[in-house]
Amino acid sequence: MEFETIIGLEVHAQLLTKSKMYCPCSADYASASPNTHVCPICLGMPGVLPSINRQAVAFTIMSALALNCTIPSFTKFDRKNYPYPDLMKGYQISQYDFPIGINGFLSVETGGENKRIGITRVHLEEDVAKLSHRHNSLGESYSVVDVNRAGVPLMEIVSEPDIRSPEQARQYLMKLRTLLQYLGVSTGNMEEGSFRCDANISIRPRGSLEYQAKVEVKNMNSFKAVHRALTFEEERQRRAVESDERIIQETRGWVEEKGVTVSQRSKESAHDYRYFPEPDLPPLVVSGSWVDEVRSKLPELPEQRCDRFMRDYELSAYDAGLLTGSKAMADYFEACLNGGGVTRNASDKPKKAKTLGNWLLGEFTRLLNATNNEITGAKVSPAALNKLLELIEEGKINLTAGKAVFEEMFNTGKPAAEIVEERGLVQVSDRGDLERVIKEVIAKNSKAVDDFRAGKEQASGFLVGQVMRATRGRANAKIVQELLHAILSE
Amino acid sequence: MKLSREEVLNKALLARIGLSDEDVEKFREQLSNILENFTILQEVDTSDVPATAQSVDLKNVMRDDVVMPSSSQEEILMNAPRREDDFFRVKAVLEQEG
Repeated sequence: MEFETIIGLEVHAQLLTKSKMYCPCSADYASASPNTHVCPICLGMPGVLPSINRQAVAFTIMSALALNCTIPSFTKFDRKNYPYPDLMKGYQISQYDFPIGINGFLSVETGGENKRIGITRVHLEEDVAKLSHRHNSLGESYSVVDVNRAGVPLMEIVSEPDIRSPEQARQYLMKLRTLLQYLGVSTGNMEEGSFRCDANISIRPRGSLEYQAKVEVKNMNSFKAVHRALTFEEERQRRAVESDERIIQETRGWVEEKGVTVSQRSKESAHDYRYFPEPDLPPLVVSGSWVDEVRSKLPELPEQRCDRFMRDYELSAYDAGLLTGSKAMADYFEACLNGGGVTRNASDKPKKAKTLGNWLLGEFTRLLNATNNEITGAKVSPAALNKLLELIEEGKINLTAGKAVFEEMFNTGKPAAEIVEERGLVQVSDRGDLERVIKEVIAKNSKAVDDFRAGKEQASGFLVGQVMRATRGRANAKIVQELLHAILSE
Repeated sequence: MKLSREEVLNKALLARIGLSDEDVEKFREQLSNILENFTILQEVDTSDVPATAQSVDLKNVMRDDVVMPSSSQEEILMNAPRREDDFFRVKAVLEQEG
């Protein structure tokens, strides 16, 4: 039987506000000592009065607009009750039946197919405290609580069950993260937990329209983990169905080291969250003028930037899409492009854009991936990369040497000129010098010379290679080719 | 109508309160009385009254995103029934919960 996979994603993104969601404690807890960004409101002490952070609401309206949502004129907050030691009040202030944004979509492209993934809702809530698990000398386990993170604004984005493959889920997440980064509302850092994802996944016979029991997968801490966990889970469910087992509606946790999902608890004793309206927070009436004001402040979004790169820099859709797929990469690209060097006037830009695009998407990305780094932390500044490109453009070094220089710049942060000097990579373009080397190569490789004269093109490449070798890669390949042909045609 | 024993025990579980057998009987009685009072309230015709969760006519009460000093670490941890280093210490979290 052929199966179809049904996936819906819930994303939680911490918002980049200065203060917490419902109290004025600092939301910047990353390097704070435990329990230093805490007040009686964070702890839910009797008699405290929470208040709504206006900026968090504005960020959520902005994100919802960028996700093509409708912003209803009425929204309110609710208490979601459940007992857990990371929840100081015994309830989380969230939004239940009147979220800030509804009915949006995000388009993703997989395998050349463009698909709209529906966004059910975008709402605001608060993060919880951080638990760490410890053991005493008897081996009994217990937990310790740091409340700093509790109350940090958390925006939840819920998709429709429109996603049909783990790859599509990954694309959706990457696109959503990029969007939030462009908006400047979240760092989108998955490893640090400021961008988290839970997935609901089920399978059904292809052609069927009914939904089957779904499994909620948690604890996926990277895009790769989401892809792996969902791939594992769709396969596990397929095998279960094929051997006539029933899929249980449950929560399963992804165990990265083992590459499997394991049952966490049965969802059949469904949570009784007993939602009720938060009596301490009056509702919000979101006026059309507030929405218009937020809309007018929307920055350039990834798709618009991609279009502009194609129009202004004459980049291909493919290159422009990859470059704008990360805000940091697109910013770096434009910093280089507008940072002087060979682009003295606007008409030079498309040519440099192509070269620059090749460097960023080629060598740069390769080294970033190999060292597991982000471009924002790279040792090569846009200005330093420009200097390297100038050396190549002016013929001081050839492309092969350029790549070697770049790798060293990437690893050490040294300027290009210094590396070229130290390693003696200056390109040999002197015709007299090159002629001498070529003649030596010809004398040593009579077979290749005969082949070349017999019209075998590969022989030419071989001979040029030998010249490069003799000059330790420094020869100007263009001149070598020219001279080689001239000499052998004599 | 009186609440069942199971209903009372379920509420106790949700509130994480342990009840003795006598407690269960006592609360069956008391909670049932409360519910009966609500059935009286339900007799009022509210078809013209919009639902509300607020008794005061406030809306759009928000604060600017400005950081104010938090309490001191000592003040906060004074509330910890049990403290370890600079943390609240709690019992091990059971997998079935949460």
